[in-house]
Amino acid sequence: MTVMKEQPAPLATTTDQDSPGSGRGERLSAHAQQHGALVALVVLAVVASFSFDSFATGDNVENMAVSSAFLAVVALGMTFVIITGGIDLSVGSVFVLGGVLAAWGSRYGTVVAILLPLTVCGLVGLVNGLLIAKARLAPFIVTLATMLAARGVMLNITDEGGRTYLVDKDAFFAQLGQGKVLGIGTPVWITAVLFVVGAVALRRSRFGQHVYAVGGNEDAAALMGTPVARTKIIVYTLSGVLAGLAGVLNAAWLTSGVTILGIGMELDAIAAVVIGGTLLSGGMGFVSGSLVGVVLLKVIQNIINQIGSLDSAYQQVASGAFLVVVIIAQTWLGRRRRVL
Amino acid sequence: MADVALRKAVPADRAVLLRRLQEYGVYGGLVVLLVFNIAFTDNFLSGENFRTQAVQVSPILIVALGMALAIGTEGVDLSVGSVMALSTSLLALYLGYGPWLALLVVLVGGAAVGLLNGSLIAFVGVQPIVATLALMVGVRGLALVLLPQLKDVRNPGMASLGSGDIAGIPYVVLIAVALALVVGFTVRRTTFGRQLLAIGDSRPAAQLAGLPVRRVLVLVYICCGMLAAVAGFLATARLQASDPTSLGNLMELSAITAVVVGGTPLSGGRVRIAGTVAGAVLIQLLTATLIKHDLPPSWTQIAQGAVIVLAVYAARERGKR
Repeated sequence: MTVMKEQPAPLATTTDQDSPGSGRGERLSAHAQQHGALVALVVLAVVASFSFDSFATGDNVENMAVSSAFLAVVALGMTFVIITGGIDLSVGSVFVLGGVLAAWGSRYGTVVAILLPLTVCGLVGLVNGLLIAKARLAPFIVTLATMLAARGVMLNITDEGGRTYLVDKDAFFAQLGQGKVLGIGTPVWITAVLFVVGAVALRRSRFGQHVYAVGGNEDAAALMGTPVARTKIIVYTLSGVLAGLAGVLNAAWLTSGVTILGIGMELDAIAAVVIGGTLLSGGMGFVSGSLVGVVLLKVIQNIINQIGSLDSAYQQVASGAFLVVVIIAQTWLGRRRRVL
Repeated sequence: MADVALRKAVPADRAVLLRRLQEYGVYGGLVVLLVFNIAFTDNFLSGENFRTQAVQVSPILIVALGMALAIGTEGVDLSVGSVMALSTSLLALYLGYGPWLALLVVLVGGAAVGLLNGSLIAFVGVQPIVATLALMVGVRGLALVLLPQLKDVRNPGMASLGSGDIAGIPYVVLIAVALALVVGFTVRRTTFGRQLLAIGDSRPAAQLAGLPVRRVLVLVYICCGMLAAVAGFLATARLQASDPTSLGNLMELSAITAVVVGGTPLSGGRVRIAGTVAGAVLIQLLTATLIKHDLPPSWTQIAQGAVIVLAVYAARERGKR
């Protein structure tokens, strides 16, 4: 896994850090908030590899990595959205829409199979962005609406979910999901590259600064000349494109556009981002944390699968409980930082 | 929601117009749908049809009542669908001890989830959407742990509760209407209701004014959980089966839609119960209309999305009072 080394102090929280009395306690809690997920991941992975013979095998790790890849790509877009202080509930629907369009389009060649879903999903994101940035509607409710609508469109083009479009297994497009480079699946490589690009864009580009500024304090950002509306539109479009891309990769991996996927995916993505140390109130966060969050969720899922007697219901209970613990810890650490 | 304060000042008369549109738009929409159906839908004006629609809308309405309270405090409860699933599992497990005990267990289950939601929000300070999201995942899992697969729930008392009626009005509908009246009264006429709205208007101000903010928030989410539990109980009674896998799926979205379409702003501080009732009916009628005119269910979702955007767009320029 590529875990980007990033500066611990994000741009928009400098005011927090300049507060009087910032000392070791504060830095400790800041580190706990940012790297807690990574520590939990390492501990869990070590314990699991000692407890289960089949955990640390190449096959299992490879399997976890590939199945994490799709959620990770969605979570990458979600990270940008959440840093601006918004939320995107439509990603699950956009993911499955992208997958179905890609599978349908694959019969006309790889270019169509990729560009068609990315265009359509980008448009969904653009609509989200326009309604949120220009019409000033609440992100929660706008993306809720497009979540319903995008799934409706997907059901519409698949005869109410009854038809599954297949991807030719020999097609070049299928290689995007099934191929391997140096023994590692293509989706994992693509995800890794996207995260590197995402981290650089967020940390080193003007656009990244705008994202933090909008989430930190929108009014202040606007007064300082940050293009608030444009930044939001780009962020939601990006989220749509990435969710669509995740769907494309997933369709190539499964060699079909499965219509029942993506339900609840927005929640997994939000959970991963939050676990990764990004604050839902906006202004602070980083993409590597989201990657760790996704892998952590997958490892928990895998461990529960390894304890064969526990079925998927326990898995849901465990992830819910885990999420509660993480949220409490995050809120507590976040408050501590503000108080100190 | 991070609404910018830099918006242009709206002229007073236009602001009033927009506010009226937000509050009464839902009734306009209902009238349009009714006229359309009376003109173009066969058998629309039959008692049987009204009965069916009313029975189907009841669980959505009951859940939406709790949601309206949560939204009134500038919160939201995403766990309501999972609470319905939990209550159907508990009902299946405890029905053997009699329906009343089963109802009690179901209510306690809903209240417990609400207590957890409320405590996370009020005491830990977690954002409502996140806290209830975590519970949404966990509680659905718990429901499935308790009852791994679909189970028939056959009990004479339950059957009559699910499908019986008084003077042609089904019990389920009567219960929904009664609960709407109680919640409406609570919001308008009780101290608890006023405190709830004050918190939604401005939590810091409510805190400074010495209101028992935390207690009210916890109570609001307990109410929300218990109402969802009642909805799950009634839905199970009607279906005569417990299905924790699918009962209440996407219910949180329908409930939020009903509340928002009904003119309750997401920014809190106001609750419109009559509007919520109308909003729930509007959604139900919209779905029924599309299905009756042979449009596939996928169109319902697209239409519901469009209705949400329209409703929120109509409400957009009116901030808090």
